[in-house]
Amino acid sequence: MTELRVEHVEVRYGELVGVADVSLRVAAGTAVALLGANGAGKSTTLRAIAGLAALSGGRIAWGADDISGGPAYEIVRRGIALSPEGWRLFHGQTVEQNLRLGATALADRTRLGAALERTYALFPRLGERRRQTAGTLSGGERQMLALGRALMSEPKLLLLDEPSLGLAPAAVEALYDALGSLRRKGLTLLLAEQSVPLALAIADYGYVLQGGRVVLEGPPDELARSDGVRGAYLGAGVPAR
Amino acid sequence: MTLLQVVVGGLLLGAVYALFASGLTLIWGMMNFINFAHGEFVMLGMYAALLVVTWLGGGPALFALAAALVLFALGAAIYFGLIRHVLRGPMLAQILSTFGLALVLRYTAFWIFSANFVSLPQTALSGTLSIGGLLLPVPQLAAGVAALALTAGLHLLLTRTAVGSQLLAVAEDREAAMLVGIRPDRMQALAWGLAAGSAGLAGALMATAYPWSPSVGATFGLTAFITVTLGGFGSVPGALYAGLMVGAIQALSAYWLGPIYKDVVVYALFVALLWLRPQGLMGRA
Ligand SMILES: Nc1ncnc2c1ncn2[C@@H]1O[C@H](COP(=O)(O)OP(=O)(O)OP(=O)(O)O)[C@@H](O)[C@H]1O
Ligand SMILES: [Mg+2]
Repeated sequence: MTELRVEHVEVRYGELVGVADVSLRVAAGTAVALLGANGAGKSTTLRAIAGLAALSGGRIAWGADDISGGPAYEIVRRGIALSPEGWRLFHGQTVEQNLRLGATALADRTRLGAALERTYALFPRLGERRRQTAGTLSGGERQMLALGRALMSEPKLLLLDEPSLGLAPAAVEALYDALGSLRRKGLTLLLAEQSVPLALAIADYGYVLQGGRVVLEGPPDELARSDGVRGAYLGAGVPAR
Repeated sequence: MTLLQVVVGGLLLGAVYALFASGLTLIWGMMNFINFAHGEFVMLGMYAALLVVTWLGGGPALFALAAALVLFALGAAIYFGLIRHVLRGPMLAQILSTFGLALVLRYTAFWIFSANFVSLPQTALSGTLSIGGLLLPVPQLAAGVAALALTAGLHLLLTRTAVGSQLLAVAEDREAAMLVGIRPDRMQALAWGLAAGSAGLAGALMATAYPWSPSVGATFGLTAFITVTLGGFGSVPGALYAGLMVGAIQALSAYWLGPIYKDVVVYALFVALLWLRPQGLMGRA
């Protein structure tokens, strides 16, 4: 089984540092949470893994392969799919076109039909709205479509960037139900969340980022008890490692 | 009856305008980029048709297809050789690059083909059809009908096929397209190939009906630009309506005012419209 290893990754935006030094591991079949306040570097880390952000230091390994620096359209072919912050749907195209686009990286085109059926079985709402343009969906439906689109490439590792942002509580609950069932089917997850309770409820392990660095890591029950998590969120000093 | 004859003639030419304007609007929709060399693609399509007819013989289906393929290859090559490098540059570099390209193509054509007007030798397309009292020259009729079908075909390609969906995905969100596994470079090269190919094909269709010289590229470029502005940037159906309209207005002004006024009237209406509706006729505010 393939393991993701992020080793001392640094990403710069010109003079600014998006991520200064992040190392983490995601073992096959596990769910890992990336926690941290606004601007901590969660999205930058996920974008670096997916091949959208160029590394200025460190490396990213996927099993035996070095996948540092993308390009993104090749990384998704290796089985790593990112559902990006803000979902980034193709708003002018229909639900079904979005899902079919999600399957672009699927090497075996005969699996497309089955992948579509699976997605519609997971989210019957998407099936009802398959001919509707994505721009006309509600927030909850957009989230389903973003997740469904990422799953269409049949990834081994799914990266999710704040999937619950801006959703009503009922939609968040439905989303986490879906994530739970995907997890039980063996999908590996790396998930950025601002909501600590949500992330820790689903994760086996978590990393806390602050100022572009990992300041704390551990299993969820440890993190839940830790003052460091609260510290990182309030930005009150750097907690001890 | 004469008036109807004039309007129908204008619409047939307008359909060809729509075909080459579709290419310009596709490039704009894909990368917010105005190609000032677009009219030169039409002109090159006309010479491609002439070369194929003189060297290989063959009917309109052959030389129109050949012009489309040659220009498709040229469009894709121009994307990889020039456009890709200036896309990340400042706006001025983008404008100057295709403006310079237009000059290079135009003066290369002057150099190779001279400034004299040429026309295709009598092809399989000649004669006149009489339909319900309307007299329709076969070359114009065939060009108009083929252009209409091809413009509709381009629209269907974009909206109904997987590759069209990938093109539109890159147009809307390049990063999101990369995340699902699309190579934006390939799609943009394809868009340039389709744009130049349809312009070349439109040129080959017009070559069956009208004589030309290398300077026609400038006029066609302007016509394409006006058509795209009227129809709304990025919209193929808009380019179709606007192309038909421009063709009809030209024909009517030539009929009422005299042939030399046909372009002036279109330009004047265009400026007036920009003043009243800067977003174009079909575009949203
Ligand atoms: N495109 C960019 N250009 C310049 N700086 C950027 C860019 N994207 C992110 N940054 C900076 O990099 C740092 C990390 O940002 P990032 O988006 O990764 O944080 P985040 O943890 O995802 O925050 P949030 O919870 O608000 O989404 C921030 O200081 C941010 O301002
Ligand atoms: Mg973020």
